Amino acid sequence: MKVMIQRHFDEELSDLKTKLLRMAGQVEDQIDQALTALVTRDSALAHQVIERDHLVNSLDVEIDEESIRLLALHQPAARDLRLVTTAMKIATELERISDLAENVCERAIELNEEPQLKPYIDIPMMGNMARMMVKQSIDAFVKDDATLARKVLTDDDFVDNLMEQLFRELLSFMLEDTRTISRAIRLSFIAKYLERMADHATNIAELVVYLVEGKIIRHITPPGSSTNSLAES
Amino acid sequence: MQNGLRQSPDHDSKDHAVKLTLNQVNFFYGDRQALFKIDVEIITNQVTSFIGPSGCGKSTLLRCLNRLNDLVEGVRLEGTMLLDGIDIYGPNVDITDLRKRVGMVFQKSNPFPKSIYENVAYGPRLHGIRNRGRLDQIVEEGLIGAGLWEEVKDRLQASAFGLSGGQQQRLCIARALAVKPDVLLMDEPCSALDPVATAKIEELLFSLKQDLTVVIVTHNMQQAARVSDWTAFMYLGEVVEFGLTKQIFTTPSKKQTDDYITGRFG
Repeated sequence: MKVMIQRHFDEELSDLKTKLLRMAGQVEDQIDQALTALVTRDSALAHQVIERDHLVNSLDVEIDEESIRLLALHQPAARDLRLVTTAMKIATELERISDLAENVCERAIELNEEPQLKPYIDIPMMGNMARMMVKQSIDAFVKDDATLARKVLTDDDFVDNLMEQLFRELLSFMLEDTRTISRAIRLSFIAKYLERMADHATNIAELVVYLVEGKIIRHITPPGSSTNSLAES
Repeated sequence: MQNGLRQSPDHDSKDHAVKLTLNQVNFFYGDRQALFKIDVEIITNQVTSFIGPSGCGKSTLLRCLNRLNDLVEGVRLEGTMLLDGIDIYGPNVDITDLRKRVGMVFQKSNPFPKSIYENVAYGPRLHGIRNRGRLDQIVEEGLIGAGLWEEVKDRLQASAFGLSGGQQQRLCIARALAVKPDVLLMDEPCSALDPVATAKIEELLFSLKQDLTVVIVTHNMQQAARVSDWTAFMYLGEVVEFGLTKQIFTTPSKKQTDDYITGRFG
């Protein structure tokens, strides 16, 4: 009685996923190279990353157009609908991350005009964590894996804590010697960019939970998290 | 069965009056069971749609609601069906009165071989209304209610068969409305109509539900999504899932529902 139907639509959905995967790959490379450009003080590489930003932008547009076409022509429902709308939103998040990688490169180029303020330890650690979070959130998307997506959410706290620690350290530099201020501020910007990347990865992970379970978990503070302390008192 | 119960925390019976209550309904054609333990509540002044593959029992269920199945030989119903709290299969129920309160529109429009006017006046006449002025008024109200008045007011005495398919279907709706039903059952009312005629009937549903409760059976999933407040997905004689339409079409809780509305099986 129950007849499963082979759907051409599934192929189109899988093409959409592949495009998103390609875009995510580009973005991960950008983060990676931005960090290398910063740590190795390689301004030429930084310029290259900035120039390649348009590749991600055009994939963003392509995914948007493709999703709109699928919505208009197939009027998807239920999990198909969640997949297409989620793909559109994830593309936007990836595009933002790519912009932030570009920002890291801009600050790196400026920093390279002066001697290095301090050895970079926390910043690459933050950056690698952010890149890992992007990768895992996209893996979770491709595999419909809500458990992996939820892991990304907890990783975000780690990046936030690193940023706080780095801010305090840079503040002490600036208090001790005012000549470090311009460099310390640029490094704080970079820390903030990386923290924002992790936030966008978190957004992607939250979208994946919606895709898989149909539950909207964003803008809900999980019980016991640090930002919840006011509400609990 | 939990499955058939409405599952929305923001729409409980506190803010919605229940028009029809189906409680553990089993239905048999002879030895063959067609409906299994149906538990559904139909809310007053809302549109509830039943979707599901052919043979899932949705039309059978609809025809139970005004006892149209009574006309079939060897049928048997278990459980209760309440209309405003009164068992429609109870011993004191007058079937004619029930069908006056629960009107029906079918897949194929079936106007009587009479004038447009007489089609709409037929029911009220049958129920004893003779006064010409009163009948005129009922006919006009019925045709306005069915969104047909402007198109036919100058040719009320013309044959109903001269109308287009979509107009004939709206005439059947006007005929159903003329006896002032509480509930309107619609069995695939648009499946023989073109998109424009379909859109007119769908628009009509939004105004109809101001005054009555609509239950619609449809194969057209997009139509169910567009017009109904509640959707029940039926499969093999059971209600698999019943909930707010917006929930069923975005985040159904059962995989079977998801598979059906995304066209993975049918």
